[in-house]
Amino acid sequence: MALLLPILVFGGLLVGLTIALSLAERVLINYGVCKLDVNNGDREFEVDGGQTLLSALNESKVFIPSACGGRGSCGHCTVTVLSGGGPVLPTETPFLTRVEVRQGVRLACQVKIREDIRIKVPEEILNVKMFAATVSANHRLTHDLVETHMRLDEPTEIEARPGQYVQLQAPAPEGPVYRAYSISSPASVKDEVELVVRLVPGGIASTYIHGLEEGDQVIFTGPYGDFRMNEEPDVDIVCIGGGSGMAPLKNLVHTVTARWPERKCWLFFGCRTTQDIFYLDEFRELEKKNPNFHVVYALSDPLEGEEKWEGETGFIHLSVDKHLDVSDRKRQAFLCGPPPMVEAVMKVLEGKGFKPEDIYYDEF
Amino acid sequence: MTELSPFVILIAAIFTNNILLANFLGMCSFLAVSKKIETAAGLGAAVIFVTTATTAINYGIYHHVLTPLGLTYLTFIVFIAVIAAFVQFVEMFVERFSLGLYHALGIFLPLITVNCAILGASLFMIIRNYTFWQSVAFGFGGGVGWTLAIVLIAGLRQRMRYSDVPVPFRGVAIAMVITGVMAMAFMGFAGMVRIQ
Repeated sequence: MALLLPILVFGGLLVGLTIALSLAERVLINYGVCKLDVNNGDREFEVDGGQTLLSALNESKVFIPSACGGRGSCGHCTVTVLSGGGPVLPTETPFLTRVEVRQGVRLACQVKIREDIRIKVPEEILNVKMFAATVSANHRLTHDLVETHMRLDEPTEIEARPGQYVQLQAPAPEGPVYRAYSISSPASVKDEVELVVRLVPGGIASTYIHGLEEGDQVIFTGPYGDFRMNEEPDVDIVCIGGGSGMAPLKNLVHTVTARWPERKCWLFFGCRTTQDIFYLDEFRELEKKNPNFHVVYALSDPLEGEEKWEGETGFIHLSVDKHLDVSDRKRQAFLCGPPPMVEAVMKVLEGKGFKPEDIYYDEF
Repeated sequence: MTELSPFVILIAAIFTNNILLANFLGMCSFLAVSKKIETAAGLGAAVIFVTTATTAINYGIYHHVLTPLGLTYLTFIVFIAVIAAFVQFVEMFVERFSLGLYHALGIFLPLITVNCAILGASLFMIIRNYTFWQSVAFGFGGGVGWTLAIVLIAGLRQRMRYSDVPVPFRGVAIAMVITGVMAMAFMGFAGMVRIQ
């Protein structure tokens, strides 16, 4: 009895407080149904108030990119709020520039819906869907790269341009996280998405992808990215990459050579050692079949012992310098690799007569 | 102590027995949120409201539930639970009815849950055997005193950004030093009134 009383009193107090709080929550945090207007009447939804804009959009099948899953730590889920979003919160300011704040750019995961709200998102976002897929193959390319094939189950087709990316859902202890990966399968392949993923030590999503096996179910959203390839066949395409920057370039090369066999296309790829080389045989094969496609691989580290290598050596910008002419032909360049590589290649390309607006790059 | 009027206790709690400068309670948020006067004042306002209300609630619980049942050893844990729940409630209430204030206080409200000055105010009221109105006055005064201290130090720290503080002292170290100097300055009020 002496023990029971304090337990009862304290337990009763906690239960009472919990009931009071739940009641208060039901009464106070109830904003009813609010209207969510996307792109000035293009899409209209009725959503429950009190939740965040990000979850309301997800529920309405508008998939905003978000890598951290709504914790306000990645800053990817930006949308422009035209009205009804309230003031910018201290949790958002680190991710927004002053110009963005003036334009009404907000983080969707921090905006709480309390009234009718009007937002603007890039047209591209409205085409983003959530896909359920089955892993059909997951093979190793080098010691830290895998090529993952995912056959689409629902919806069964994806419409993506080269250079676009998907966000793959990976399980994590505090709920799923999303990570962005470029699509490496050519645009003509619609029933499958292929990724080339490098294992990041301690990385949640890359560890998950490297552990996937045939038959595993995966979920991803996409396609994202507003990047457009020039579709005029007389414009040359130059792809330059290094490290794990292969995925979007492989997609570009295969898309271009399949669709416009007479179009000039270059692929420059930098690796460290012979162990890092992958896809080279495949591209050499393509080069034999298609005289307009050229592939150049370069190794930046010196060869060891018995190794043989008849390709280029040194950093990849040196090979670009050697193989490309100075000309005023219409050319478009796509760079994908570490920042120092992108910087060095940019300089070379500008010296070759490329206009800055024709050079697209993705640094990581 | 019943002979002291609530007004005297109020004044004493602000000046002579300032909960921060005399008892050094609530130091964590005091050091963390004292870089700008506006935010310091915002947090202070929230603390005033919460200390006043929680001393009143805790007075009721202590004298009408815990004492009659002989469960005064549960005081600490009960007070902590009440404060935490109350802060949650205030947060919801402010969000609903004063969105402006909610955005101004937004991130500070949850911080108050772990502010020991608030628990301190409730515990002093028990130790000093205050009556209900004395408790409320002490809670309110404690909050005002804490706000006064944090606004003063925020003003000092704002100006100190332009002064040449020796490198090892920059940041929290110099804040502790000036808190000490402020505490000594507040000792000048000591002769005014005296509560335990």
